[in-house]
Amino acid sequence: MNVVVCVKQIPDPAAPGSLDPTTHTLDRAGKLILDDSDAYGVEMALQLAGNVDGSEVTLVSMAPNGEVSGLRTALAMGAAKAILVSDDALAGSDALGTAKVLAAAIKRAEPDLVIAATESTDGYTGTLPVQVAELLGLPSVTFAKAVSTDGTTVKVERQTEAGYDDVEAPLPALVTVTAGVVEPRYPSFKGIMAAKSKPVDTLTVADLGIDPAEVGSAGAGQEITDVSAAEARSGGEIVVDEGDGAQRIVAFLEQIKVI
Amino acid sequence: MAIDKVWVLAEAGDAGPTPITLELLTEARSIGSTVEAVAWGADTASLAAGLGEHGATTVYDVGDLGGALPGVPVASAIAALVAGGNAPDVLLVPATYDGRDVAGRLSVKLNRPVLTNVTGLVADGGELTSQHPLFGGSHIVTARFTGQGPHIFVIRAKSFTAEPSGGAPAQVVAAPAPDAGATNAARIVDRHVEERSGPKLDEAPVVVSGGRGLGSADNYKLIEELASLLHGAAGASRAIVDAGWVPYAHQVGQTGKTVKPTVYVACGISGATQHLVGMKGSKNIVAINKDQEAPIFSVADLGIVGDALKVLPALIDALKSRG
Repeated sequence: MNVVVCVKQIPDPAAPGSLDPTTHTLDRAGKLILDDSDAYGVEMALQLAGNVDGSEVTLVSMAPNGEVSGLRTALAMGAAKAILVSDDALAGSDALGTAKVLAAAIKRAEPDLVIAATESTDGYTGTLPVQVAELLGLPSVTFAKAVSTDGTTVKVERQTEAGYDDVEAPLPALVTVTAGVVEPRYPSFKGIMAAKSKPVDTLTVADLGIDPAEVGSAGAGQEITDVSAAEARSGGEIVVDEGDGAQRIVAFLEQIKVI
Repeated sequence: MAIDKVWVLAEAGDAGPTPITLELLTEARSIGSTVEAVAWGADTASLAAGLGEHGATTVYDVGDLGGALPGVPVASAIAALVAGGNAPDVLLVPATYDGRDVAGRLSVKLNRPVLTNVTGLVADGGELTSQHPLFGGSHIVTARFTGQGPHIFVIRAKSFTAEPSGGAPAQVVAAPAPDAGATNAARIVDRHVEERSGPKLDEAPVVVSGGRGLGSADNYKLIEELASLLHGAAGASRAIVDAGWVPYAHQVGQTGKTVKPTVYVACGISGATQHLVGMKGSKNIVAINKDQEAPIFSVADLGIVGDALKVLPALIDALKSRG
């Protein structure tokens, strides 16, 4: 079973984010790390692949500047290889353009199962995995909180407003996993050393047979026209608890007539 | 170019259309001159009154999906309407589990991009721009489509206030989904409804949420007890959902629910941007956190710098003694 995981390398979310002042796109110039959300997908893929003989996990990613540090993290967790699409023409791509690139790259890995996070931590458009599924002609099951497969069918517990649904789909299929679906492993020292020699196939847009005019800012059908500071909440009262914290909250709740 | 036809992807709730469906219909009325809805399910006719009362003149009925997930068949049905010459200028989609699936599928079928996480729309001289919170809501990004429609916007709950227009029930027009082949092979084989006491998280007037500062999964019961005493709902930060302490359904934030209660009580939550974007619109915010520098205090009306595990039991006792 070929399991492909879509992973994204993003600016460290712990660092304050910034926007390019002219294009208003997220500044991704610095060091990029593996999106936390994707660690769940990688772990899920490794576990599912481990249960079906002859399985392999391939990472697919798109990043500027041939960045691979986040991919190495996922390879160190146990993925076998990676496909990275890196091309100056991709700068400014919208989600649909990105989906076209990723779908073309994923197709090369001949996937039985494609796994992605429900959304990235930085851009969080949350539509990309389903766009990829549609481009590849695959069924999709989103918002999985549990996943299992025998190599023929994938069974998913899908989050709903009321609880969850048991959903089944024949492979090949695409599944998006919510954070917390499994506990991601920490790469071992051995894994980190092994990751250094695992293959990362770096491709350009032309390699994928995609017209550069369809992707990047040239192909984007949307633009940011303005970024402004939101109205800040006026400062509240911050007090150190001297054993009276609970009473202060009670008084506040009374004041706003909640109790 | 004036915006004429606005469609709303309508979802069915416990009784009639869901609250976000009504919010989107209300906003649609102020954007376009014709408001119509697209719905699915075995009994779409039962939604017609509620949809009409909020401004929809027509509801396109995809019909019963026979256990299929809505994404593929509903997007296929909309694409078929568009291919047949009946295309909206604008499609408003709720940012729900199924809404996002429909938007993603439709985006590819129509080869049109999608603007997501929209929290505001501004119609000016026939051009529509959308507003999106960034960096936890400290900034607002304004965006627009540059190409041809239909323009698909995926909109977060609570972005608009629902108001009835007093319209007559919407006319139900069948819009069956064409066969989508293998892409439509996923099937719901069983449904599980999780028992919930008290109001829904995104509709509750009081939300009490817990984070890492609770120390362990076991202490989440303090959050549930306080929420119950205040007739509210229990929420959670992403950190403790990721850690497996509580189910995803409780998550408040960018990835989870957007809440705008009368009062939001954040206990042991530092206030990562991921969390703030989902609760910053609350009318009042109370925060309890050990770290005086925690970002949650920047949005709090009342901040208690202290240990949630000391403050919560005292607060629960105080509320109980009031009877």
